[in-house]
Amino acid sequence: MKGMTVIVKTVSSWVKVLIFLFGIYIILFGHLSPGGGFAGGVILASSYVLLMLAFGREFVEKNLPLPIASRLDCLGAFLFALIAILGLVVGGSFFVNFLYQKYLPGEPFNLVSGGTIPLSNLAIGLKVGASLFLVIFALSMFRYDSESLANKRLSDRTGESKE
Amino acid sequence: MLYALCFLLFMIGLYCAVVKKNMVKIVIGIVVMEYAVNLFLIMLGYRTGGTAPILSTSDADVATKAVTAHFLAAVVDPLPQALVLTSIVISLGSLALMISICIRTYTKYGTFDITEIRRLRG
Amino acid sequence: MSVPLPVFVAIPLVVAFVLPALGKGLRPVATFLANLAMISLLVLAVMSFGDARVYQVGGWSIPLGINMVLDGFSSLLLLAITAVGTAAMLFSTRYMEQYTAKPKYLTLFLLMVAGMNGVVLSGDIFNLYVFLEIASIASYALVGFGGEHEELEASFKYMVLGSIASAFVLFGIALVYGNTGSLNMAYIARAIQGTGMNAGLAFALSLFVAGFGLKAALVPFHAWLPDAHPSAPAPISAMLSGVLIKALGIYALTRLIFNVFGVSIPVGWVLIALGLLSMVAGGLLAIGQWDFKRLLAYSSISQVGYVVLGIGLGTVLLAKGASVAWASLAILGGLFHLVNHSVYKSLLFLTSGAVEMATGTRQMRDMGGLADRMPVTRATCTVASASIAGVPPFPGFWSKLILVIAAVQAGFYWIAAAIVCVAVCTLIMYLKVQRYVFLGELPEHLRHVRETKGSMLVAMVSLAVLCVFMSLLVLVPSLRAAVLQPAVDVLLEGVNHSTRLIDL
Repeated sequence: MKGMTVIVKTVSSWVKVLIFLFGIYIILFGHLSPGGGFAGGVILASSYVLLMLAFGREFVEKNLPLPIASRLDCLGAFLFALIAILGLVVGGSFFVNFLYQKYLPGEPFNLVSGGTIPLSNLAIGLKVGASLFLVIFALSMFRYDSESLANKRLSDRTGESKE
Repeated sequence: MLYALCFLLFMIGLYCAVVKKNMVKIVIGIVVMEYAVNLFLIMLGYRTGGTAPILSTSDADVATKAVTAHFLAAVVDPLPQALVLTSIVISLGSLALMISICIRTYTKYGTFDITEIRRLRG
Repeated sequence: MSVPLPVFVAIPLVVAFVLPALGKGLRPVATFLANLAMISLLVLAVMSFGDARVYQVGGWSIPLGINMVLDGFSSLLLLAITAVGTAAMLFSTRYMEQYTAKPKYLTLFLLMVAGMNGVVLSGDIFNLYVFLEIASIASYALVGFGGEHEELEASFKYMVLGSIASAFVLFGIALVYGNTGSLNMAYIARAIQGTGMNAGLAFALSLFVAGFGLKAALVPFHAWLPDAHPSAPAPISAMLSGVLIKALGIYALTRLIFNVFGVSIPVGWVLIALGLLSMVAGGLLAIGQWDFKRLLAYSSISQVGYVVLGIGLGTVLLAKGASVAWASLAILGGLFHLVNHSVYKSLLFLTSGAVEMATGTRQMRDMGGLADRMPVTRATCTVASASIAGVPPFPGFWSKLILVIAAVQAGFYWIAAAIVCVAVCTLIMYLKVQRYVFLGELPEHLRHVRETKGSMLVAMVSLAVLCVFMSLLVLVPSLRAAVLQPAVDVLLEGVNHSTRLIDL
């Protein structure tokens, strides 16, 4: 994928940072206002899609290499599972909100409240952002040569008519 | 009445998924079906004249952690909204897989037409 | 010490997400971890067999939170899933070396097993749907794993029909929630008992029959199975045919009809009709096949028809209020056939994978005379074929006998005649397999084949041994009372079961 003109590149490099920041805000405040892990993760991934459209795929691959995205993906899922298992170890059953019940109740309507829910939001946001970035990157890697495909279609049809 | 319209949208999606010959149109039909089901699920929770189920400082007593009765009487059901969030995530994953299979099939066969990609018979 | 129920879902999920992070050099470690996960699941399933308990996830009490339920029916299926899964995973350590992306295969396999375990253990309707989708999406990706022409076409067909089925199921769940106001199976059962079936709930039940029937490949909805099961890699075909269509399709449908909605005569007759159609159509279509795995796929359709026929017979007998003993016998026959079919159909698919790996083809016309070169494979295939065709003393004979006795005692003589006819068809198709694959002359291009080695052999032999001993499950009364009868009792108890289990 090639990039676009200079105007698009300049503006989108600023806008990408703002979108990324907005995504982080949606993830962090997920327990107080609409949003949460999944929506914030989608916004994070779409900031990278903007970068991919404006600058081309090779630039984004240098920016966030695929193995690192893959490891972030696994790390997000593993953190979520870790929170669940810590609930079993500390609290007594899976997914129990042990931070809220024992250690850190916090005040309602503050950022630090709700126990393990913001931590789960962070883990899910990380995982969804990395996963969607990988999906869209992998889908854009299919490049096809339209001329060779037209030749193949023609040869398939003539081959069938001969049989 | 609105539920019947939702069901009509579901039937349109089903028709599209069954009758069309282009793979991408079949995928769009399936997406329309899932959208119709999500819409139906959200409409189930509606209460006439209701408000969004988000607490603000005026709706809850911080000291006793109790929610005001006025809030409970006016708010719509939040459970279908959680169900729809989950359902949207699931259909996103399914859609990504379907599109990647469509792209792979295009690179192998050169066409999106399902009547031309039949090699399995019997 | 009782095993906390989410462990059955947590272990495969956590291992599945750790595996892609290991790099290329650690591939043997990845395989070892995956095998260890499956074996530990099997051990845990055996350890928690026979309990009946409810686990409240997150400590939230029942109508507020999700609960997981283990009872006789769930533990029977859990045992089947973990046993077949362990054998398939052992088989795939060697078989998947021919494909390039093995760590991704292991991740998807473990996700599919996690999804199936979740479906079997869930006590909440929407949780069942979420795990159903996890298992289904993992299986769509696994069917198209090779990336060749046929596999992509089969995967697309499977995926379109599977997504339509899931949309039906979700629509049914939405209708049930709208009519009863709860998502917990026990609360729904109590609400339906209180208000009775209205039009919305009847429509929801028909949507469930269509959706889960499509997942279980009953006959009007079976179009994806003959393409998907042959194109998948052999251990995945074994898992799909052996446990996925049963755990996702038949378990969910049975659980909803018996324990949530309550048995009624129209539903029972619909099940009997679907079962008969599947049996006859699958059996007749399988005889004309020349592709080994496609024949096995059509035979799967036929055998699933047996299971649904048994369960439908039990439903009709229970709904009529006739003698509970014959209803119990019909359900026992259906469930025993389900467990049997898991074991021997997966063994058959594993042998077909071994034959395909050795000869490079699936067409039976090109094979022949493999009996001398692959004796152990031939022996396991013969054991599995004899069981599925209903030769005594193998377990297939006993399950079909129980179904025939139940049908005759209930007065449906024509059903018993159909069962016997389709059993003869099954015998014909497996004699065809034996004749063309193993007996006869060894063609020139197959002189180089060797016996299967290593973990593939261990997996096949262990499943064959299990197959032989399964007939003891129904013959020895104490084993039957411990293993099969609790499952039947759960279903016979009907709508009161779930309310009793959570002490409503």
